[in-house]
Amino acid sequence: MRLDLAHIQRWIKPGSRVLDLGCGNGMFLQMLQEQRQVNGLGLEIDDGNITEAISRGLNIVEQDLDKGLTNFPDQSFDTVVMAHALQVVHYPDQILDEMLRIGRECVVTFPNFGHWRCRLYLATHGRMPVSKSMPFSWYDTPNIHFCTVLDFEQLCADKGITILEREMVGNTQRKPLLASTWPNMFATTAIYHITR
Amino acid sequence: MGLVAPRTAHFDDPLTLACGRQLASYDLVYETYGELNKDKTNAILICHALSGHHHAAGIHSESDKKPGWWEQCIGPGKPIDTNRFFVLSLNNLGGCHGSTGPSSINPDTGKPWGPDFPVLRARDWVHSQARLADRLGIQCWAAVIGGSLGGMQALRWSLEYPERIKHCVAIASAMKLSAQNIAFNEIARQAILSDPGFASGHYLDNDSVPDKGLGLARMVGHITYLSEDAMARKFGRSLRTGTLETGTDDNVEFQVESYLRYQGSQFSESFDANTYILMTRALDYFDLAREYDNDPVAAFRHASCSYLVLSFSTDWRFSPARSREIVDALIAAGRPVSYSELEANEGHDAFLLPIPRYLDVFSAYMQRVGVDS
Repeated sequence: MRLDLAHIQRWIKPGSRVLDLGCGNGMFLQMLQEQRQVNGLGLEIDDGNITEAISRGLNIVEQDLDKGLTNFPDQSFDTVVMAHALQVVHYPDQILDEMLRIGRECVVTFPNFGHWRCRLYLATHGRMPVSKSMPFSWYDTPNIHFCTVLDFEQLCADKGITILEREMVGNTQRKPLLASTWPNMFATTAIYHITR
Repeated sequence: MGLVAPRTAHFDDPLTLACGRQLASYDLVYETYGELNKDKTNAILICHALSGHHHAAGIHSESDKKPGWWEQCIGPGKPIDTNRFFVLSLNNLGGCHGSTGPSSINPDTGKPWGPDFPVLRARDWVHSQARLADRLGIQCWAAVIGGSLGGMQALRWSLEYPERIKHCVAIASAMKLSAQNIAFNEIARQAILSDPGFASGHYLDNDSVPDKGLGLARMVGHITYLSEDAMARKFGRSLRTGTLETGTDDNVEFQVESYLRYQGSQFSESFDANTYILMTRALDYFDLAREYDNDPVAAFRHASCSYLVLSFSTDWRFSPARSREIVDALIAAGRPVSYSELEANEGHDAFLLPIPRYLDVFSAYMQRVGVDS
Protein backbone atom coordinates (compact mmCIF):
# COMPACT_ATOMS: atom_id res chain seq x y z
CA MET A 1 0.00 0.00 0.00
CA ARG A 2 1.12 3.55 -0.67
CA LEU A 3 2.47 4.98 2.59
CA ASP A 4 0.27 8.08 2.53
CA LEU A 5 -2.82 5.88 2.44
CA ALA A 6 -1.71 3.83 5.45
CA HIS A 7 -1.43 7.04 7.47
CA ILE A 8 -4.83 8.34 6.43
CA GLN A 9 -6.55 5.19 7.54
CA ARG A 10 -5.74 5.91 11.21
CA TRP A 11 -7.70 9.17 11.04
CA ILE A 12 -10.88 7.62 9.71
CA LYS A 13 -13.42 6.72 12.36
CA PRO A 14 -15.02 3.29 12.02
CA GLY A 15 -18.45 3.41 10.43
CA SER A 16 -18.12 7.01 9.28
CA ARG A 17 -19.20 8.49 5.94
CA VAL A 18 -16.24 9.05 3.67
CA LEU A 19 -16.08 10.90 0.36
CA ASP A 20 -12.97 10.13 -1.68
CA LEU A 21 -12.17 12.75 -4.33
CA GLY A 22 -10.26 11.27 -7.24
CA CYS A 23 -10.56 7.75 -5.85
CA GLY A 24 -8.66 6.10 -8.70
CA ASN A 25 -9.33 2.38 -8.98
CA GLY A 26 -10.92 2.40 -5.51
CA MET A 27 -8.15 0.44 -3.80
CA PHE A 28 -8.01 2.81 -0.83
CA LEU A 29 -11.77 3.17 -0.44
CA GLN A 30 -12.11 -0.60 -0.50
CA MET A 31 -9.52 -0.88 2.25
CA LEU A 32 -11.39 1.70 4.33
CA GLN A 33 -14.58 -0.21 3.78
CA GLU A 34 -13.03 -3.49 4.85
CA GLN A 35 -10.96 -2.22 7.78
CA ARG A 36 -12.98 0.76 8.96
CA GLN A 37 -16.45 -0.31 7.76
CA VAL A 38 -16.96 3.15 6.32
CA ASN A 39 -19.91 4.17 4.21
CA GLY A 40 -17.88 5.39 1.24
CA LEU A 41 -18.46 7.24 -2.00
CA GLY A 42 -15.74 7.81 -4.57
CA LEU A 43 -15.57 10.43 -7.31
CA GLU A 44 -13.51 9.64 -10.40
CA ILE A 45 -13.30 10.66 -14.06
CA ASP A 46 -11.16 7.96 -15.65
CA ASP A 47 -13.26 5.32 -17.45
CA GLY A 48 -11.06 2.37 -16.58
CA ASN A 49 -10.77 3.40 -12.94
CA ILE A 50 -14.53 3.82 -12.63
CA THR A 51 -15.24 0.33 -13.95
CA GLU A 52 -12.55 -1.23 -11.76
CA ALA A 53 -13.72 0.60 -8.65
CA ILE A 54 -17.35 -0.36 -9.30
CA SER A 55 -16.34 -3.99 -9.73
CA ARG A 56 -14.82 -3.82 -6.24
CA GLY A 57 -18.35 -3.31 -4.99
CA LEU A 58 -17.82 0.40 -4.29
CA ASN A 59 -20.17 3.30 -4.91
CA ILE A 60 -18.52 5.44 -7.53
CA VAL A 61 -19.86 8.56 -9.21
CA GLU A 62 -18.33 9.94 -12.38
CA GLN A 63 -17.63 13.58 -11.63
CA ASP A 64 -15.04 16.11 -12.69
CA LEU A 65 -13.67 17.84 -9.57
CA ASP A 66 -12.90 20.92 -11.66
CA LYS A 67 -16.60 21.39 -12.37
CA GLY A 68 -17.28 21.89 -8.68
CA LEU A 69 -18.83 19.94 -5.84
CA THR A 70 -21.95 22.04 -5.40
CA ASN A 71 -24.12 18.92 -5.65
CA PHE A 72 -22.91 17.83 -2.23
CA PRO A 73 -24.82 19.27 0.74
CA ASP A 74 -23.01 21.01 3.61
CA GLN A 75 -21.54 18.65 6.20
CA SER A 76 -22.91 15.59 4.45
CA PHE A 77 -19.80 13.49 5.08
CA ASP A 78 -17.67 12.85 8.16
CA THR A 79 -14.43 12.90 6.26
CA VAL A 80 -13.53 14.05 2.76
CA VAL A 81 -10.29 12.58 1.42
CA MET A 82 -8.25 13.78 -1.52
CA ALA A 83 -5.09 11.76 -2.02
CA HIS A 84 -2.58 13.06 -4.56
CA ALA A 85 -5.09 15.12 -6.49
CA LEU A 86 -4.51 18.64 -5.08
CA GLN A 87 -1.82 19.23 -7.70
CA VAL A 88 -4.02 18.21 -10.64
CA VAL A 89 -7.10 20.36 -9.99
CA HIS A 90 -7.62 23.81 -11.51
CA TYR A 91 -8.36 25.62 -8.25
CA PRO A 92 -6.78 23.84 -5.25
CA ASP A 93 -7.81 26.61 -2.85
CA GLN A 94 -11.47 26.40 -3.87
CA ILE A 95 -11.45 22.61 -3.62
CA LEU A 96 -10.14 22.87 -0.06
CA ASP A 97 -12.99 25.22 0.83
CA GLU A 98 -15.49 22.85 -0.74
CA MET A 99 -14.02 19.83 1.04
CA LEU A 100 -14.34 21.59 4.39
CA ARG A 101 -17.89 22.61 3.59
CA ILE A 102 -18.91 19.04 2.72
CA GLY A 103 -16.98 17.20 5.44
CA ARG A 104 -16.34 17.82 9.11
CA GLU A 105 -12.75 16.77 8.63
CA CYS A 106 -10.59 16.43 5.56
CA VAL A 107 -7.47 14.58 4.64
CA VAL A 108 -5.23 15.90 1.89
CA THR A 109 -2.04 14.39 0.55
CA PHE A 110 0.25 15.85 -2.06
CA PRO A 111 3.79 15.48 -3.38
CA ASN A 112 6.08 18.01 -1.74
CA PHE A 113 7.72 20.06 -4.43
CA GLY A 114 10.08 21.51 -1.85
CA HIS A 115 11.89 18.18 -1.52
CA TRP A 116 15.65 18.55 -1.86
CA ARG A 117 15.76 16.41 -4.99
CA CYS A 118 13.39 18.80 -6.75
CA ARG A 119 15.43 21.75 -5.62
CA LEU A 120 18.67 20.10 -6.67
CA TYR A 121 17.27 19.07 -10.04
CA LEU A 122 16.09 22.58 -10.78
CA ALA A 123 19.32 24.12 -9.42
CA THR A 124 21.67 21.86 -11.36
CA HIS A 125 19.74 21.13 -14.56
CA GLY A 126 17.90 24.40 -14.72
CA ARG A 127 14.89 22.46 -15.93
CA MET A 128 11.58 21.33 -14.42
CA PRO A 129 12.19 18.30 -12.19
CA VAL A 130 11.34 14.88 -13.59
CA SER A 131 11.50 11.86 -11.32
CA LYS A 132 10.26 8.29 -11.02
CA SER A 133 7.16 9.36 -9.08
CA MET A 134 6.58 12.41 -11.31
CA PRO A 135 7.73 11.23 -14.73
CA PHE A 136 5.97 13.86 -16.86
CA SER A 137 7.40 16.63 -18.98
CA TRP A 138 6.25 20.12 -18.04
CA TYR A 139 3.95 20.41 -21.05
CA ASP A 140 2.02 17.18 -20.70
CA THR A 141 1.83 16.73 -16.97
CA PRO A 142 -1.50 16.37 -15.17
CA ASN A 143 0.24 18.06 -12.23
CA ILE A 144 -0.51 21.71 -12.82
CA HIS A 145 -0.35 23.12 -9.27
CA PHE A 146 2.73 21.99 -7.43
CA CYS A 147 3.26 23.29 -3.92
CA THR A 148 5.62 22.77 -1.02
CA VAL A 149 4.85 21.91 2.60
CA LEU A 150 5.38 25.55 3.51
CA ASP A 151 3.11 26.75 0.71
CA PHE A 152 0.31 24.49 1.89
CA GLU A 153 0.60 25.54 5.52
CA GLN A 154 0.60 29.19 4.49
CA LEU A 155 -2.61 28.61 2.52
CA CYS A 156 -4.19 26.94 5.57
CA ALA A 157 -3.17 29.91 7.74
CA ASP A 158 -4.59 32.38 5.21
CA LYS A 159 -7.86 30.49 5.05
CA GLY A 160 -8.21 29.87 8.78
CA ILE A 161 -7.94 26.13 8.30
CA THR A 162 -6.89 24.18 11.40
CA ILE A 163 -4.25 21.50 10.91
CA LEU A 164 -5.21 18.66 13.27
CA GLU A 165 -2.27 16.43 12.44
CA ARG A 166 0.31 16.02 9.74
CA GLU A 167 2.48 13.13 8.63
CA MET A 168 5.44 13.23 6.35
CA VAL A 169 6.63 10.44 4.15
CA GLY A 170 10.33 10.42 3.31
CA ASN A 171 12.46 8.39 0.99
CA THR A 172 12.80 5.50 3.41
CA GLN A 173 10.13 3.13 4.61
CA ARG A 174 11.43 3.37 8.19
CA LYS A 175 10.68 6.18 10.64
CA PRO A 176 11.22 9.21 8.44
CA LEU A 177 13.28 11.24 10.92
CA LEU A 178 14.56 13.75 8.43
CA ALA A 179 11.17 14.13 6.79
CA SER A 180 9.39 14.84 10.08
CA THR A 181 12.09 17.20 11.31
CA TRP A 182 12.60 19.20 8.11
CA PRO A 183 9.53 18.30 6.08
CA ASN A 184 9.84 21.07 3.53
CA MET A 185 13.24 19.73 2.56
CA PHE A 186 12.93 15.97 3.10
CA ALA A 187 9.27 14.91 2.81
CA THR A 188 8.37 13.37 -0.55
CA THR A 189 4.69 13.22 0.34
CA ALA A 190 2.84 15.41 2.83
CA ILE A 191 -0.34 14.24 4.55
CA TYR A 192 -2.61 16.67 6.34
CA HIS A 193 -5.60 16.12 8.57
CA ILE A 194 -7.50 19.40 8.59
CA THR A 195 -10.71 20.95 9.81
CA ARG A 196 -12.28 24.37 10.15
CA MET B 1 -30.18 -16.63 -25.10
CA GLY B 2 -31.65 -19.36 -27.30
CA LEU B 3 -35.28 -20.41 -27.61
CA VAL B 4 -37.73 -18.75 -25.25
CA ALA B 5 -41.51 -18.81 -24.98
CA PRO B 6 -43.89 -16.21 -23.59
CA ARG B 7 -46.42 -17.09 -20.91
CA THR B 8 -49.58 -15.39 -19.74
CA ALA B 9 -50.61 -14.72 -16.16
CA HIS B 10 -54.27 -13.95 -15.64
CA PHE B 11 -55.37 -11.83 -12.68
CA ASP B 12 -58.91 -11.69 -11.37
CA ASP B 13 -58.39 -9.49 -8.31
CA PRO B 14 -59.28 -5.94 -9.36
CA LEU B 15 -56.44 -3.44 -9.70
CA THR B 16 -57.22 0.09 -8.60
CA LEU B 17 -55.41 2.51 -10.86
CA ALA B 18 -53.90 5.93 -10.18
CA CYS B 19 -56.69 7.53 -12.22
CA GLY B 20 -59.26 6.15 -9.76
CA ARG B 21 -60.71 3.54 -12.11
CA GLN B 22 -60.46 -0.19 -11.57
CA LEU B 23 -59.39 -2.95 -13.88
CA ALA B 24 -61.51 -5.94 -12.83
CA SER B 25 -59.28 -8.52 -14.47
CA TYR B 26 -56.28 -8.46 -16.74
CA ASP B 27 -53.56 -10.52 -18.38
CA LEU B 28 -49.85 -9.95 -18.25
CA VAL B 29 -47.63 -11.60 -20.84
CA TYR B 30 -44.09 -12.32 -19.73
CA GLU B 31 -40.93 -14.25 -20.48
CA THR B 32 -38.30 -15.55 -18.11
CA TYR B 33 -34.64 -16.35 -18.67
CA GLY B 34 -32.39 -18.32 -16.31
CA GLU B 35 -33.35 -20.31 -13.22
CA LEU B 36 -34.99 -18.99 -10.07
CA ASN B 37 -32.92 -20.16 -7.11
CA LYS B 38 -34.33 -21.99 -4.10
CA ASP B 39 -34.52 -18.90 -1.90
CA LYS B 40 -35.87 -16.83 -4.80
CA THR B 41 -33.25 -14.18 -4.21
CA ASN B 42 -31.81 -13.99 -7.73
CA ALA B 43 -34.80 -12.53 -9.55
CA ILE B 44 -34.40 -9.51 -11.79
CA LEU B 45 -37.25 -7.51 -13.26
CA ILE B 46 -36.79 -5.85 -16.65
CA CYS B 47 -39.04 -2.84 -17.29
CA HIS B 48 -39.52 -1.90 -20.91
CA ALA B 49 -39.53 1.50 -22.58
CA LEU B 50 -42.14 3.25 -24.72
CA SER B 51 -42.34 0.78 -27.59
CA GLY B 52 -40.91 -2.26 -25.81
CA HIS B 53 -42.53 -5.51 -24.78
CA HIS B 54 -41.92 -8.77 -22.93
CA HIS B 55 -39.63 -10.27 -25.55
CA ALA B 56 -36.33 -8.90 -24.26
CA ALA B 57 -33.99 -11.77 -25.11
CA GLY B 58 -33.73 -14.99 -27.07
CA ILE B 59 -35.71 -16.11 -30.10
CA HIS B 60 -39.20 -17.58 -30.36
CA SER B 61 -38.38 -20.04 -33.12
CA GLU B 62 -35.32 -21.21 -34.99
CA SER B 63 -36.46 -19.16 -37.99
CA ASP B 64 -36.61 -15.90 -35.97
CA LYS B 65 -34.33 -13.38 -37.61
CA LYS B 66 -34.18 -10.95 -34.71
CA PRO B 67 -33.68 -11.75 -31.02
CA GLY B 68 -35.39 -9.85 -28.17
CA TRP B 69 -34.83 -6.12 -27.81
CA TRP B 70 -32.20 -6.34 -25.05
CA GLU B 71 -30.29 -9.40 -26.24
CA GLN B 72 -27.11 -7.32 -25.88
CA CYS B 73 -27.49 -7.17 -22.12
CA ILE B 74 -29.35 -10.35 -21.14
CA GLY B 75 -27.86 -13.83 -21.46
CA PRO B 76 -25.05 -16.06 -20.26
CA GLY B 77 -21.96 -13.98 -19.49
CA LYS B 78 -23.73 -10.73 -20.33
CA PRO B 79 -24.31 -7.88 -17.83
CA ILE B 80 -27.61 -9.45 -16.75
CA ASP B 81 -26.07 -12.90 -16.59
CA THR B 82 -28.64 -15.66 -16.90
CA ASN B 83 -26.14 -18.12 -15.41
CA ARG B 84 -26.65 -16.24 -12.14
CA PHE B 85 -30.00 -14.52 -12.43
CA PHE B 86 -33.61 -15.38 -13.05
CA VAL B 87 -34.79 -12.62 -15.36
CA LEU B 88 -38.42 -11.66 -15.81
CA SER B 89 -39.54 -9.39 -18.61
CA LEU B 90 -43.18 -8.52 -19.16
CA ASN B 91 -45.37 -6.55 -21.49
CA ASN B 92 -46.81 -3.72 -19.45
CA LEU B 93 -50.49 -3.24 -18.85
CA GLY B 94 -51.88 -1.08 -21.65
CA GLY B 95 -49.44 -2.65 -24.08
CA CYS B 96 -50.20 -4.24 -27.40
CA HIS B 97 -48.16 -7.42 -27.31
CA GLY B 98 -50.48 -9.68 -25.35
CA SER B 99 -51.00 -7.95 -22.03
CA THR B 100 -54.37 -6.36 -21.46
CA GLY B 101 -54.54 -3.02 -23.26
CA PRO B 102 -56.64 -0.83 -25.53
CA SER B 103 -56.78 -3.51 -28.24
CA SER B 104 -58.08 -6.14 -25.77
CA ILE B 105 -61.78 -6.88 -25.42
CA ASN B 106 -63.55 -4.92 -22.70
CA PRO B 107 -65.55 -7.64 -20.85
CA ASP B 108 -68.32 -5.12 -20.12
CA THR B 109 -69.00 -4.32 -23.77
CA GLY B 110 -67.62 -7.30 -25.64
CA LYS B 111 -65.79 -4.82 -27.90
CA PRO B 112 -62.18 -3.62 -27.92
CA TRP B 113 -61.44 -1.07 -25.21
CA GLY B 114 -59.97 1.35 -27.70
CA PRO B 115 -59.73 4.89 -26.35
CA ASP B 116 -61.87 3.93 -23.32
CA PHE B 117 -59.03 1.95 -21.79
CA PRO B 118 -58.13 3.52 -18.43
CA VAL B 119 -55.35 6.08 -18.36
CA LEU B 120 -52.24 4.56 -16.78
CA ARG B 121 -49.33 5.88 -14.77
CA ALA B 122 -45.92 4.28 -14.22
CA ARG B 123 -47.03 3.37 -10.69
CA ASP B 124 -49.88 1.26 -12.12
CA TRP B 125 -47.31 -0.76 -14.00
CA VAL B 126 -45.24 -1.11 -10.83
CA HIS B 127 -48.25 -2.38 -8.86
CA SER B 128 -49.19 -4.86 -11.56
CA GLN B 129 -45.57 -6.02 -11.73
CA ALA B 130 -45.64 -6.54 -7.95
CA ARG B 131 -48.64 -8.82 -8.37
CA LEU B 132 -46.80 -10.81 -10.98
CA ALA B 133 -43.90 -11.11 -8.51
CA ASP B 134 -46.35 -12.38 -5.87
CA ARG B 135 -47.65 -14.94 -8.33
CA LEU B 136 -44.12 -16.27 -8.89
CA GLY B 137 -43.31 -16.21 -5.17
CA ILE B 138 -40.71 -13.46 -5.54
CA GLN B 139 -40.68 -11.47 -2.32
CA CYS B 140 -37.79 -9.21 -3.22
CA TRP B 141 -36.11 -8.38 -6.53
CA ALA B 142 -32.33 -8.65 -6.58
CA ALA B 143 -32.65 -5.75 -9.02
CA VAL B 144 -35.22 -3.87 -11.03
CA ILE B 145 -33.68 -2.62 -14.27
CA GLY B 146 -34.87 -0.41 -17.08
CA GLY B 147 -33.83 2.10 -19.71
CA SER B 148 -35.70 5.31 -20.58
CA LEU B 149 -39.35 4.88 -19.51
CA GLY B 150 -38.22 1.53 -18.08
CA GLY B 151 -35.77 3.38 -15.84
CA MET B 152 -38.63 5.53 -14.58
CA GLN B 153 -40.48 2.37 -13.54
CA ALA B 154 -37.37 1.06 -11.80
CA LEU B 155 -37.07 4.36 -9.88
CA ARG B 156 -40.77 4.22 -8.99
CA TRP B 157 -40.30 0.65 -7.74
CA SER B 158 -37.66 1.85 -5.30
CA LEU B 159 -40.16 4.29 -3.77
CA GLU B 160 -43.36 2.22 -3.90
CA TYR B 161 -41.89 -1.04 -2.62
CA PRO B 162 -38.62 -0.17 -0.85
CA GLU B 163 -38.61 -3.52 0.96
CA ARG B 164 -38.99 -5.48 -2.26
CA ILE B 165 -35.99 -4.20 -4.25
CA LYS B 166 -32.27 -4.45 -3.46
CA HIS B 167 -30.85 -2.66 -6.50
CA CYS B 168 -32.33 -0.18 -8.92
CA VAL B 169 -30.68 0.32 -12.30
CA ALA B 170 -31.93 3.35 -14.25
CA ILE B 171 -30.32 3.79 -17.67
CA ALA B 172 -30.80 6.87 -19.89
CA SER B 173 -33.71 7.90 -17.71
CA ALA B 174 -35.05 10.95 -15.87
CA MET B 175 -37.13 11.95 -12.85
CA LYS B 176 -39.54 13.75 -15.16
CA LEU B 177 -39.81 14.83 -18.75
CA SER B 178 -38.86 18.31 -19.88
CA ALA B 179 -41.31 20.55 -21.76
CA GLN B 180 -39.34 19.81 -24.93
CA ASN B 181 -39.82 16.10 -24.37
CA ILE B 182 -43.54 16.45 -23.83
CA ALA B 183 -43.68 18.60 -26.97
CA PHE B 184 -42.19 15.81 -29.08
CA ASN B 185 -44.69 13.36 -27.62
CA GLU B 186 -47.49 15.74 -28.45
CA ILE B 187 -46.45 15.95 -32.09
CA ALA B 188 -46.49 12.16 -32.18
CA ARG B 189 -49.97 12.04 -30.65
CA GLN B 190 -51.29 14.72 -33.00
CA ALA B 191 -49.96 12.74 -35.95
CA ILE B 192 -52.06 9.78 -34.81
CA LEU B 193 -55.15 11.77 -33.81
CA SER B 194 -55.28 13.61 -37.13
CA ASP B 195 -55.12 10.43 -39.20
CA PRO B 196 -58.71 9.83 -40.46
CA GLY B 197 -58.07 6.13 -39.95
CA PHE B 198 -57.79 6.73 -36.22
CA ALA B 199 -61.57 7.27 -36.02
CA SER B 200 -61.33 8.85 -32.55
CA GLY B 201 -59.59 5.73 -31.37
CA HIS B 202 -62.29 3.31 -32.54
CA TYR B 203 -60.33 2.05 -35.55
CA LEU B 204 -60.69 -1.60 -34.53
CA ASP B 205 -64.50 -1.33 -34.62
CA ASN B 206 -64.28 0.73 -37.81
CA ASP B 207 -61.98 -1.64 -39.63
CA SER B 208 -59.64 1.25 -40.33
CA VAL B 209 -55.93 1.66 -39.57
CA PRO B 210 -54.22 4.89 -38.50
CA ASP B 211 -51.01 3.62 -40.05
CA LYS B 212 -49.96 6.96 -41.55
CA GLY B 213 -50.33 8.73 -38.22
CA LEU B 214 -48.62 6.01 -36.22
CA GLY B 215 -45.79 5.85 -38.74
CA LEU B 216 -45.35 9.61 -38.56
CA ALA B 217 -45.35 9.44 -34.76
CA ARG B 218 -42.57 6.90 -34.90
CA MET B 219 -40.58 8.99 -37.40
CA VAL B 220 -40.60 11.97 -35.04
CA GLY B 221 -39.72 9.77 -32.09
CA HIS B 222 -36.93 8.08 -33.98
CA ILE B 223 -35.19 11.35 -34.79
CA THR B 224 -35.06 12.14 -31.09
CA TYR B 225 -33.60 8.73 -30.25
CA LEU B 226 -30.58 9.32 -32.49
CA SER B 227 -27.86 11.92 -32.20
CA GLU B 228 -27.14 14.36 -35.01
CA ASP B 229 -23.75 12.75 -35.36
CA ALA B 230 -25.18 9.22 -35.61
CA MET B 231 -27.56 10.32 -38.36
CA ALA B 232 -24.79 12.14 -40.19
CA ARG B 233 -22.58 9.08 -40.15
CA LYS B 234 -25.34 6.64 -41.02
CA PHE B 235 -26.94 8.59 -43.89
CA GLY B 236 -25.07 11.81 -44.44
CA ARG B 237 -26.68 13.74 -47.28
CA SER B 238 -26.75 10.80 -49.64
CA LEU B 239 -29.52 10.53 -52.18
CA ARG B 240 -31.10 7.22 -53.06
CA THR B 241 -30.97 8.01 -56.77
CA GLY B 242 -30.08 10.99 -58.92
CA THR B 243 -27.55 13.65 -58.07
CA LEU B 244 -27.44 16.63 -55.76
CA GLU B 245 -27.13 18.88 -58.87
CA THR B 246 -30.29 17.77 -60.60
CA GLY B 247 -32.23 16.20 -57.76
CA THR B 248 -34.23 13.06 -58.35
CA ASP B 249 -37.66 12.05 -59.54
CA ASP B 250 -37.74 9.38 -56.87
CA ASN B 251 -40.55 9.72 -54.38
CA VAL B 252 -38.03 9.17 -51.60
CA GLU B 253 -35.06 11.44 -52.17
CA PHE B 254 -32.53 11.34 -49.35
CA GLN B 255 -31.36 8.13 -47.68
CA VAL B 256 -32.41 9.43 -44.30
CA GLU B 257 -35.98 9.80 -45.56
CA SER B 258 -36.00 6.24 -46.75
CA TYR B 259 -34.79 5.07 -43.36
CA LEU B 260 -37.39 7.07 -41.45
CA ARG B 261 -40.21 5.91 -43.70
CA TYR B 262 -39.13 2.32 -43.26
CA GLN B 263 -39.01 2.72 -39.46
CA GLY B 264 -42.43 4.37 -39.51
CA SER B 265 -44.12 1.75 -41.65
CA GLN B 266 -42.56 -1.16 -39.74
CA PHE B 267 -43.76 0.33 -36.50
CA SER B 268 -47.29 1.04 -37.69
CA GLU B 269 -47.66 -2.63 -38.61
CA SER B 270 -46.64 -3.90 -35.19
CA PHE B 271 -47.89 -1.31 -32.72
CA ASP B 272 -51.29 -0.13 -31.53
CA ALA B 273 -52.08 3.57 -31.86
CA ASN B 274 -54.07 3.78 -28.61
CA THR B 275 -51.24 2.08 -26.76
CA TYR B 276 -48.82 4.64 -28.20
CA ILE B 277 -50.98 7.47 -26.91
CA LEU B 278 -51.37 5.81 -23.53
CA MET B 279 -47.63 5.12 -23.14
CA THR B 280 -46.57 8.64 -24.15
CA ARG B 281 -49.07 10.07 -21.67
CA ALA B 282 -47.66 7.88 -18.89
CA LEU B 283 -44.23 9.26 -19.84
CA ASP B 284 -45.42 12.87 -19.83
CA TYR B 285 -47.08 12.59 -16.45
CA PHE B 286 -44.28 10.71 -14.74
CA ASP B 287 -42.87 12.90 -11.98
CA LEU B 288 -40.87 11.02 -9.41
CA ALA B 289 -41.05 13.64 -6.68
CA ARG B 290 -44.43 15.30 -7.22
CA GLU B 291 -46.10 13.65 -4.24
CA TYR B 292 -43.01 14.27 -2.10
CA ASP B 293 -43.48 18.02 -2.21
CA ASN B 294 -41.52 18.11 -5.47
CA ASP B 295 -38.42 17.30 -3.48
CA PRO B 296 -36.52 14.35 -5.02
CA VAL B 297 -34.24 14.18 -1.98
CA ALA B 298 -37.25 13.68 0.28
CA ALA B 299 -38.55 11.10 -2.21
CA PHE B 300 -35.35 9.05 -2.17
CA ARG B 301 -35.27 9.08 1.63
CA HIS B 302 -38.13 6.56 1.33
CA ALA B 303 -35.95 4.19 -0.63
CA SER B 304 -33.67 1.57 0.83
CA CYS B 305 -31.95 0.06 -2.21
CA SER B 306 -28.68 0.84 -3.97
CA TYR B 307 -28.66 2.52 -7.36
CA LEU B 308 -26.78 2.39 -10.61
CA VAL B 309 -27.47 5.32 -12.92
CA LEU B 310 -26.06 5.42 -16.45
CA SER B 311 -26.33 8.05 -19.17
CA PHE B 312 -24.95 8.51 -22.68
CA SER B 313 -23.04 11.58 -23.80
CA THR B 314 -25.01 12.29 -27.00
CA ASP B 315 -28.47 11.42 -25.64
CA TRP B 316 -30.46 14.63 -25.93
CA ARG B 317 -33.87 13.06 -25.29
CA PHE B 318 -32.83 11.86 -21.82
CA SER B 319 -29.65 13.83 -21.45
CA PRO B 320 -26.85 13.16 -18.95
CA ALA B 321 -28.03 16.27 -17.07
CA ARG B 322 -31.30 14.46 -16.24
CA SER B 323 -29.37 11.48 -14.89
CA ARG B 324 -27.16 13.79 -12.86
CA GLU B 325 -30.27 15.18 -11.20
CA ILE B 326 -31.16 11.66 -10.09
CA VAL B 327 -27.62 11.07 -8.83
CA ASP B 328 -27.41 14.37 -6.96
CA ALA B 329 -30.74 13.72 -5.24
CA LEU B 330 -29.58 10.23 -4.27
CA ILE B 331 -26.31 11.60 -2.87
CA ALA B 332 -28.16 14.23 -0.87
CA ALA B 333 -30.56 11.57 0.41
CA GLY B 334 -27.60 9.47 1.50
CA ARG B 335 -28.47 6.55 -0.80
CA PRO B 336 -25.67 4.39 -2.18
CA VAL B 337 -25.25 5.26 -5.85
CA SER B 338 -22.87 4.64 -8.71
CA TYR B 339 -22.99 6.73 -11.87
CA SER B 340 -21.22 6.86 -15.18
CA GLU B 341 -21.74 9.07 -18.21
CA LEU B 342 -20.79 6.89 -21.14
CA GLU B 343 -19.22 8.24 -24.31
CA ALA B 344 -21.43 7.10 -27.16
CA ASN B 345 -22.37 8.60 -30.51
CA GLU B 346 -25.69 6.84 -30.82
CA GLY B 347 -27.90 9.16 -28.76
CA HIS B 348 -30.75 7.76 -26.67
CA ASP B 349 -30.71 4.48 -28.61
CA ALA B 350 -27.28 3.75 -27.12
CA PHE B 351 -28.87 1.96 -24.17
CA LEU B 352 -29.94 -0.83 -26.53
CA LEU B 353 -26.57 -1.18 -28.26
CA PRO B 354 -23.46 -3.25 -27.53
CA ILE B 355 -21.14 -0.42 -26.55
CA PRO B 356 -18.14 -2.07 -24.86
CA ARG B 357 -17.66 0.42 -22.06
CA TYR B 358 -21.39 0.43 -21.30
CA LEU B 359 -21.45 -3.35 -21.03
CA ASP B 360 -18.28 -3.27 -18.88
CA VAL B 361 -19.62 -0.83 -16.29
CA PHE B 362 -23.01 -2.51 -16.26
CA SER B 363 -21.37 -5.93 -15.74
CA ALA B 364 -19.06 -4.51 -13.07
CA TYR B 365 -22.04 -3.28 -11.08
CA MET B 366 -24.07 -6.45 -11.56
CA GLN B 367 -21.35 -8.47 -9.80
CA ARG B 368 -22.65 -7.18 -6.47
CA VAL B 369 -26.29 -7.87 -7.28
CA GLY B 370 -27.74 -11.02 -5.78
CA VAL B 371 -24.82 -11.58 -3.40
CA ASP B 372 -25.93 -9.08 -0.74
CA SER B 373 -29.30 -10.60 0.11
